[in-house]
Amino acid sequence: MNVLYGLHQPDEGEIHLRGEPVQIGSPREAIGMRVGMVHQHFMLIGVMTVAENVVLASEPRRGPLLDVGEAERRVRELSERFGLVVDPRARVEDIGVGQQQRVEILRVLHRGADLLILDEPTAVLTAQEIADLFKVLRSLTAEGVSVIFITHKLREVLEIADRVTVLRRGKKVATVETAGATEASLAKLMVGRDVLFRIEKDAAQAGEPLLEVSELEVEDDRGLPAVRGLSLQVRGGEIVGVAGVDGNGQSELVEAITGLRVPRAGRITVAGKDITGGGVRDALAAGIGHIAEDRHRRGLVLDFTLAENLALREYRRAPLSRFGLLSPKRMMRQARPLLEQYDVRGGRPGTAAGSLSGGNQQKVVIARELAEEPQVTIAAQPTRGLDVGAIEFVHKRLLEQRDAGRGVLLVSLELEEIRSLADRVLVIYEGRIVAEVSPDVTDEEIGVAMLGGTVRT
Amino acid sequence: MTSPTPEGQGALTVGSRLSGYLRGGGVLVPVITALMAFVVGGFVVLATGANPISTYKAVFEGSGLNWLFPWVTGDDRLIAGLNLQQTLILTAPLILTGLAVAFAFRAGLFNIGGQGQYLVGSFAAVYVGSSLDGLPALLHVVLAIVAGCVVGGLWAGIAGLLKATTGANEVISTIMLNWTAIYLGSYLFQIRGPLQSSDPAQQSIPVSNDILESARLPVFWGDPELQGLHIGIFVALVVTALFWVLLNRSVTGYEVRAVGFNPDAAEYGGINAGRSYVKVMVICGVLAGLAGAIDVLGWQFRVATNDITVSNIGFYGIAVALLGRNTAVGTVVAALLFGALLNGTSVRNLDPSIFDPLLATNLTYIIQGLIVLFVSAPVLVTMLSRGRLRRVLRPMPSPEVKSGG
Repeated sequence: MNVLYGLHQPDEGEIHLRGEPVQIGSPREAIGMRVGMVHQHFMLIGVMTVAENVVLASEPRRGPLLDVGEAERRVRELSERFGLVVDPRARVEDIGVGQQQRVEILRVLHRGADLLILDEPTAVLTAQEIADLFKVLRSLTAEGVSVIFITHKLREVLEIADRVTVLRRGKKVATVETAGATEASLAKLMVGRDVLFRIEKDAAQAGEPLLEVSELEVEDDRGLPAVRGLSLQVRGGEIVGVAGVDGNGQSELVEAITGLRVPRAGRITVAGKDITGGGVRDALAAGIGHIAEDRHRRGLVLDFTLAENLALREYRRAPLSRFGLLSPKRMMRQARPLLEQYDVRGGRPGTAAGSLSGGNQQKVVIARELAEEPQVTIAAQPTRGLDVGAIEFVHKRLLEQRDAGRGVLLVSLELEEIRSLADRVLVIYEGRIVAEVSPDVTDEEIGVAMLGGTVRT
Repeated sequence: MTSPTPEGQGALTVGSRLSGYLRGGGVLVPVITALMAFVVGGFVVLATGANPISTYKAVFEGSGLNWLFPWVTGDDRLIAGLNLQQTLILTAPLILTGLAVAFAFRAGLFNIGGQGQYLVGSFAAVYVGSSLDGLPALLHVVLAIVAGCVVGGLWAGIAGLLKATTGANEVISTIMLNWTAIYLGSYLFQIRGPLQSSDPAQQSIPVSNDILESARLPVFWGDPELQGLHIGIFVALVVTALFWVLLNRSVTGYEVRAVGFNPDAAEYGGINAGRSYVKVMVICGVLAGLAGAIDVLGWQFRVATNDITVSNIGFYGIAVALLGRNTAVGTVVAALLFGALLNGTSVRNLDPSIFDPLLATNLTYIIQGLIVLFVSAPVLVTMLSRGRLRRVLRPMPSPEVKSGG
């Protein structure tokens, strides 16, 4: 995809655009050829308004000045034409992820693209936002825009695409019409073997409460209440799922439990030990493992080696360090079996974490967090952006934790993931748990609760 | 949950951008950088009507580095030895101020305050070294050095504390602290200032008391009366080794590097980034303060207000660290290069018939500036190395082009 957008150059082969062979030397040239791309990681400037971001690099001018009115008018016009509702005057950092993505799409359209490349567009979206995005994509194709939609999620492919090309290790495996395809048939093409979708698991043997959160109140970065009097309990031997629409206090809840954020009120105990406000080290010492929601931001130091990353939780203690001095040898010795056990491919202990693929990076995070056999694992979006093989791996590891009698709190925006893994599902809405349901209820029932409605249970 | 990317959005700080550049590549890039600076400097020499090759040869001989060649004998060798002593006297503080900048870079901070930390270190050392008469020599030297380190560390710690508590940008606060240090020195040692010399013969000169014999660093090569080489260079080399251990083999170094690369992940590992910033700045200040201490205890023996305003050792530390890629060994090599350059271009050492000595000091500035420029303009270097310049210069299709008009 980066080749199509001119970011990388092909070593061999040709690209044909509208029947003509072309060479795309840079993103600017790609834009000139009406090819637009929306990256998985957005390329927006947070402090600028929506309109300013959209017209960036092709600004309407009035003399030497930016014509703000004209910019806003253009954004409104595009919004209406394609059904992409967004306030042109809002600052990008103040709007949600789904809205930000619309800004990205608007920007590409503003530059006149009629071939739109979307890289993992749904990875950060909620179910509702995904449904909205699909509506937008349908109106785009109706207007004659072609869309290349890159995703790991089979269900989305089947829902939105007309044709699907399956890639495996950089090679095209097949191109099929979605009309005749099923999730199973696509997964088989992707992995090269049959994939278990419905995770096979025994009934939970829930034991003593390990994690208890009571009347927790946490503020977000702006000092506004994000978690408002939330209580929950995770017992040994069960996976508790927290389902909810993005931005209902999930991040703040996870950060409070793992010691990254000091709660305003309430109590957090692990196996009876109070860790409220004790910071990361207390949480760690009490037996909290944390698979962070953003492995690039929190989970890994990409410039560190794998051995150094695996030591991130333990470097302060013997045997990795003594009297304030580290032992690189022991760090290496600790890393080797972990990398093997967790099937991390493409790296030795001395390799920089940044050079691994996303799936293998996540395996490193999981290896570090689970190796210590934490009492409770807090897994926040543990499979975001991973391919089906890696997702299967992560799910299996979490189930192993459960079956070993430890607790798992799974916070995810993927309803499917929660339903297939969790033994109990808590629905979070505006910082409170509003419902507890069995994972066997329908999507609709959970969905209603996620939007603040009441559920019949 | 949170916005999806740390990389895509948000401005990088100058510090993190520079340290990012410095992480990549090997030995080759700094060597090319230095060579490019010398070549461009050569054109400047040419423009003044002098011969760049004979100028550089004279600078080289003025630095005394030809002492290393066994075929230099007799009087030439004697002179080369004297020159080399001066070069190494300058190299020692350059190593230390270089490390003071390098350590900060590794933690994602840009310490421009090496100059101020160096100055307050020298003030403290001159105060302790010129008072406390009657102490045993070793104890007196150690006390004076410790005073320089402590005061330098506290000085830089102010910037670290401001960053940790209020988020104040360390670039701004360290620059401010440089000026504060300069004016503090001008006040302390001015005529009738609190620390001005008590010697009746010096009453009309803005200068400190002289360092007592017992606090002077021993000279091990050359004549103490002729400003021979004091043991400061060994102090600097030992500290360099400690720097390496601290950065690469200690828990503190691990935390510093983690914060430097990714403060969020460091926090997740239980590292308090704010505390780390304070710690890092204090260590930087200790290094630069030590440089100030060994300069006054080794060869200056006093602080004069005139010298305070023209001193540049702390600023050269920035170029030294950048050229040395923030590594221990690189910093030593870069410090030797700058020490040789400073000494080789000094008025005393350059033959006026080859190159005007008054211009020569500026040649050092030019080369220093070019090095900082080349190091700070990685985009240019990357483009050149990938042959992308041609493509960039070619006209682009306009992004406004749309079909149908």
